[in-house]
Amino acid sequence: MINSLGVFFIIIGLIFDVIGGIGLVRLPDVYSRLQAAFKCVTIGTSNILLGVLLIVGFNATGMKILVCAAFLIFTAPVAAHALLRAARRSGVPLTLQSVVDQYESEDVKTDE
Amino acid sequence: MRKLILFIISLLTWIFLDWPLLPLNFLIGVAASIFVVYVVGDLCLKTPGVWSQPQRYFYYIFLYLPTVVWEMTKANIDAAIHILHPDPAFKPGIVKVKTILKNEIALTALANSISYMPGMIVVDIDPENGFLYVHWNDVKHQEMTSATKVIVEKFEKILLKIFY
Repeated sequence: MINSLGVFFIIIGLIFDVIGGIGLVRLPDVYSRLQAAFKCVTIGTSNILLGVLLIVGFNATGMKILVCAAFLIFTAPVAAHALLRAARRSGVPLTLQSVVDQYESEDVKTDE
Repeated sequence: MRKLILFIISLLTWIFLDWPLLPLNFLIGVAASIFVVYVVGDLCLKTPGVWSQPQRYFYYIFLYLPTVVWEMTKANIDAAIHILHPDPAFKPGIVKVKTILKNEIALTALANSISYMPGMIVVDIDPENGFLYVHWNDVKHQEMTSATKVIVEKFEKILLKIFY
């Protein structure tokens, strides 16, 4: 019973990881691509770790899995934010469908 | 006070990483934690008083974490639909919102939480004036006040209870 629940979570995680990979190809610019990759890969990897935790139980491996999931969830947004900030400051343009960019118009720190 | 809290945090991390707890491993962990606190003890935890009040942990576990998990689930289903949709509704843009939080760790938690909301990711923070620049996949409000109400307010109320 608990084994099949773990396999179920692992399959959901794999599906989200694959969707994140597809989004990396389909979306138009670096901002939405990074957003798709970061969100889908975070939840996909967390689901895979949760499934493995359900299968192995709360022993030495299970504790390390919990620590891994916590570190992933706390640090993934910081990494995505650092990449996006570097991209915006070095002048990577938004896609042409964009409706507003208030960063460029109001922030004087971005001058060359 | 600050060094004691930092010592407890690093010792707990060691215990979780090294779970079947043997006495010798525990002693090595105590020595390593003392070394870590001696080296970086003055750099971390600007507001140590916050960490010793138990009701803040209660709010964190029973109010903040369920909200974040719920937003994460919504955001991922939203992102999956958006990626797989053949002709997605797509109006991206970077909007500017304002927050009243000033504390460093509260601002970090707020930015991380906003990055887990549907279609949003934080591009930059201006901590002196309290501005956040958010890339939003589906821009619904362009002025600052209405965008702030949609983006910031939900987590700001919770983080005010936790960090102030």
